[in-house]
Amino acid sequence: MIKTDILIIGAGPTGLFTVFEAGLLKLKCHLIDALPQPGGQCSEIYPKKPIYDIPAFPEILAGDLVDNLMKQIQPFQPGFTLGERAQSIQTQDDGSFIVTTNKGTKHHAPIVAIAGGLGSFEPRKPPIPNIADFEDKGVEYIIRDPELYRDKDVVIAGGGDSALDWSIFLTDVASSVTLVHRRNEFRGALDSVEKVQELKNQSKIQLITPGEVVGIVGEKQLTGVTIKQADDVFEKPCDHFIPLFGLAPKLGPIADWGLEIEKNAIKVDNTLDYQTNIPGIYAIGDVNTYPGKLKLILCGFHEATLMCQSAYKRIFPDKRHVMKYTTVGGVEGFDGSKKQAPKAVVKAIN
Amino acid sequence: MEDKDVLIHITDRDGVSHQVNAPTDMNMNLMEVIRLYELAPEGTLGVCGGMAMCASCQCYIDSDHQLAQISDDESAMLGEAFHVLDSSRLSCQIPIDGSLSGLKLTMAPQE
Repeated sequence: MIKTDILIIGAGPTGLFTVFEAGLLKLKCHLIDALPQPGGQCSEIYPKKPIYDIPAFPEILAGDLVDNLMKQIQPFQPGFTLGERAQSIQTQDDGSFIVTTNKGTKHHAPIVAIAGGLGSFEPRKPPIPNIADFEDKGVEYIIRDPELYRDKDVVIAGGGDSALDWSIFLTDVASSVTLVHRRNEFRGALDSVEKVQELKNQSKIQLITPGEVVGIVGEKQLTGVTIKQADDVFEKPCDHFIPLFGLAPKLGPIADWGLEIEKNAIKVDNTLDYQTNIPGIYAIGDVNTYPGKLKLILCGFHEATLMCQSAYKRIFPDKRHVMKYTTVGGVEGFDGSKKQAPKAVVKAIN
Repeated sequence: MEDKDVLIHITDRDGVSHQVNAPTDMNMNLMEVIRLYELAPEGTLGVCGGMAMCASCQCYIDSDHQLAQISDDESAMLGEAFHVLDSSRLSCQIPIDGSLSGLKLTMAPQE
């Protein structure tokens, strides 16, 4: 069981900054995120896009913002459960919570801060009529163990980096690799596109473009796919079909936690502390809604700051606490590090 | 309807038709107009914010209007979108201007 003071669900910019504000109050944080890396949308969807409305940064790439936040919170040694989705929550007799992920990892905290953005990222599934019947029976949306494909015939669909990169990687593992994409153009990194071209020239990858997988063939287990290319529809025998169309966020299991939901977001008390209808559970950043809500990173930072003050009072109701400026109190990390403004130098003039 | 508005006909994902006034002087795009009139549930449209990096705002253009050219980004995203037709566009990539007067579009199904 992982124990912490504030359990943060979602490791996007708002979740990460929560660690800093909590750290100033000497509260420890642990973050859960369905993605394998921190940063949320900033890392997953647009790491190379510049953001122009982060205060004091005239321009910063989304990926750099995440890197900076990770550096900023490092002294507070946050814990991470990555690649797992927060699945269920149980309120304990003392008002604390146990949150369990889809992989069974349990976390215990007196405070839960949901900073889940638009939800947890899940693979985009192509609208092929019978595809759901073959999930994990030859259809995989995520490659977890490449060895599964050793000496197998594999069909990959998609036109982005992951489709290209896995096609390249699996040529050394699988018996055959076929890449199907609706366009002749690919938008992956130039190196990857050139490598696929080279492997195609060497007949190590079969490229079917412009083409589309429109059906799954098989009874209990996938035995092939149906591919549409121009006016031609044909069957391609294979052992695995891997659609790699990227990820899209879904609110997911959080919607069933008994929280008040409005417009696909969690209602919070914005006049005070961004607490939800369940005391001890807060919702901050893009995942919440209140009158006048704006889904901006900078608003998430503000919400995280106020939420931490409220969380402190909830954990330590009898302690008297005043907010301290970092220019005055500095930053004292849990790792023993201490940052502080240098003292003024006073020297007499004789 | 103000002088600077254009009338746009939008069929939502449930097949319901709407006529909306879209301002041409607010630097808006079609996705933002759909969102402004709340014609799709929050979180199901413009997920990436309008960067042509998701396909949640895909629509089908039902009239003969000449629209802004498809950029490489939009074309690549449509290449990976689902339910794509010849008339598909990402509504976030279509700026609202006077030439859109009378435009008819249907929102693509939610993925």
